[in-house]
Amino acid sequence: MIAVAEVTPAWYLVLGSILFAIGAVGLFVRRNPLVMFMCVELMLNAVTLTFVTFSRMLDDIDGQTVVVFVLVVAAAEVVVGLGIIVALLRKEPTATADDLNVLKG
Amino acid sequence: MELFVFLVAGAACIAGALGVVLNSNPVHAALSLVGTLFAIAVLFVAQEAHFLAAVQVIVYAGAIVVLFLFVLMLLGVDRSEDLSIEPLGAGQRIAAVVVGLAILALPLLALASTDGDATGAGAQPGDANLLQEDTADVAQIGASLFTTYLFSFEVTSVLLVIAVVGAVVLARKVKRADLVDDPLTHANDPEALE
Repeated sequence: MIAVAEVTPAWYLVLGSILFAIGAVGLFVRRNPLVMFMCVELMLNAVTLTFVTFSRMLDDIDGQTVVVFVLVVAAAEVVVGLGIIVALLRKEPTATADDLNVLKG
Repeated sequence: MELFVFLVAGAACIAGALGVVLNSNPVHAALSLVGTLFAIAVLFVAQEAHFLAAVQVIVYAGAIVVLFLFVLMLLGVDRSEDLSIEPLGAGQRIAAVVVGLAILALPLLALASTDGDATGAGAQPGDANLLQEDTADVAQIGASLFTTYLFSFEVTSVLLVIAVVGAVVLARKVKRADLVDDPLTHANDPEALE
């Protein structure tokens, strides 16, 4: 008989931490601005998973309400970010994140 | 049952996240991202956040990733990237992984030091934000949005308007001459209007 382990909320929190760390490392090591953006989305999703887990742990609906706000902010961020990337890549199709230095004094 | 769901969805989550980071082709990275987002939606269902699971699939997998792919295809940048070039020279990747492990260690330590209960005080019985078992979660989120978080909700509408205006301004093709030349000075000139 195999002892079936119980899934505790801590498991979800650990998974969220791992996802967040993977997203952060991806943000550090990738140079394509679009892929860096995807890594930011990964980090945001890790945080929403954590929020939903806390919502269940604490029997508190506020955690889920915050996730709605995170979704809105993520959508706004993607719209503006992709606008910047389109403007950048239209000028220089092989641009990497290192080429975003026109604001440097 | 929840164990099975958690293990499968968690493995899909981590595999997708690694795919985003390690795929040299941005289109493959975007598809890996879809896998992660779906797996997170499954984990939402496992935690009885059904509304958020639906929104996750519609907004993230449906809209945001399609937007990513749209930009990739529109600009024709869907070729593979040479991953052997390090952004800042030798040692940068090692440093990034060390920092990533530190980022991972911080919440794990917080979790371990509180016996997997790293959280503050929750809703007490009788509070408005108490999770009701017999009410649909969408009804509770709606009530919470339009009472406790009404001001924040209105501010997000302003944020969305700003984002739309910003996107239009950024995506518009502006000729350099137009920046110097004020069109209002030609308002009475029929030739300039054509």
